[in-house]
Amino acid sequence: MSPATTRRQLLQTGAGLGGWLLLRPAQAGDQLDEAIRAWTGGATVRSGRVKLDIAPLVDNGNTVPLAVQVDSPMTASDHVVAIAVFNQKNPQPDVVRFALGPRAGRASVATRMRLATTQKLSAVARMSDGSYWQHTIEVIVTLAACLEELE
Amino acid sequence: MRWRCSVLWVLLLAPTLHAQIPEAERRSDFEFMGPAVQAMQRDDARNPAMLWVQQGAQLWQQAAGASGKSCASCHGEVASLRGAATRYPAFDTPTRGPINLAQRINRCRQSQQQAAPWKLESEELLALESLVALQSRGLPLAPPADPRLLPHIEHGRQLYAQRLGQLDLSCAQCHDQRWGQRLGGTTIPQGHPTSYQQYRLEWQGLGSLQRRLRNCLSGVRAQAWPLGATELVELELFLGIRARGLPLEAPGVRP
Amino acid sequence: MSVRTLIKVPKTARRGEVIEISTIIGHPMESGFRPGADGQRLPRNIIERFSCHYNEELVFSAELSTAIAANPLIAFHTVATASGTLRFTWEGDQGLRHSENVAISVT
Repeated sequence: MSPATTRRQLLQTGAGLGGWLLLRPAQAGDQLDEAIRAWTGGATVRSGRVKLDIAPLVDNGNTVPLAVQVDSPMTASDHVVAIAVFNQKNPQPDVVRFALGPRAGRASVATRMRLATTQKLSAVARMSDGSYWQHTIEVIVTLAACLEELE
Repeated sequence: MRWRCSVLWVLLLAPTLHAQIPEAERRSDFEFMGPAVQAMQRDDARNPAMLWVQQGAQLWQQAAGASGKSCASCHGEVASLRGAATRYPAFDTPTRGPINLAQRINRCRQSQQQAAPWKLESEELLALESLVALQSRGLPLAPPADPRLLPHIEHGRQLYAQRLGQLDLSCAQCHDQRWGQRLGGTTIPQGHPTSYQQYRLEWQGLGSLQRRLRNCLSGVRAQAWPLGATELVELELFLGIRARGLPLEAPGVRP
Repeated sequence: MSVRTLIKVPKTARRGEVIEISTIIGHPMESGFRPGADGQRLPRNIIERFSCHYNEELVFSAELSTAIAANPLIAFHTVATASGTLRFTWEGDQGLRHSENVAISVT
């Protein structure tokens, strides 16, 4: 085989590989969408009524305060049943699930989470009428400048 | 006597005055954090460091060692130690060198309670330290004007100005000359020791100033002095003088 | 070390008032993804469930995951219905089951 042919073959293979890398489906988006779909049983999830409160640029991904508020009268006939938060790029998609009800009085919860990297987060609310509402935010995470060495 | 102290400070700081942050421009590292983390520090109910303070309050009452005495046995209410945390590192006559608050607590354990000293950076020691520091919340840092500390302060100043590690960076280059600028995604603070002990989000736990200094040393790829090393106490001492007058925020929360 | 908690509940409230409750528990929330000093993964050790019972009635609960930070904060609201006891329970790995009672006076 002549060197020219080999080089051409190598280039073709390389281009093919490169193309495959570009066309490979983005798996990260699926983790978030799949987790939401599993929780809602595939029901339609509308945007709105939910507010996911989290800093757009976090000080440190190890501990990130977050809060979720849902616009709801929280009466016996009209209330938030549950709030779930899902992530896009942590090792697993769950963050937290809260169970509420009319005794809550207000659909407002807070906790602190870990964020492995810049990614999307979704807070989804399940209402007493069976509807689902969500708020999705992209959060930027930078690494701490001076990391600790474990000894 | 007071004018003599002022002269002492001027002489002491003269070599560094050109590089130092002007006194009026000194700001707590608190101001360089995002609002969510600031909120964590402001509310004692939401500040995880208070878990350690609570533990400290229990330890305060516990008898220790062969003496069977607790801290309360001699000191009474911990509030009686108001102001104490602002005056460390101090000169320790028995060891003829500077000691920080943690070492002072351990000294008490050994000499007054006849109990084994706690390991540096242990949960118990951090708990007591943070309890004592809380009593001085809001008070200005007031390192003692003890002439015996002078050579140690000078050594601390040298360590602060010295280039270290594979990255060949000194504390001064970031914290005196480039504070307010960004390193990665973080704004460089001035590096004042006003919030120790502090709950660091990165540690997901409470830690001392020495632990933080060791992180910085690792950050510039230098061999970090071990916990309790004189060099670290001297650095603490110099930092305390550099920040004198700034109020103690205890316990702090930092990224 | 015994379990440490910080719990903030208003001591008194008016009947029907919506009150905010804030809890922090000292816990490493070891994710199971982190390597230790020897390079081996540290075993998972997290709190999985938090619940609040108000005079024995469940009024709030949360399922936590490895994505929740150490020393977890959980803050929520509840309606002050009657005087009595709020019981907070944390359950998780390594047989963790810890409860704390806080009294509330509702007028």
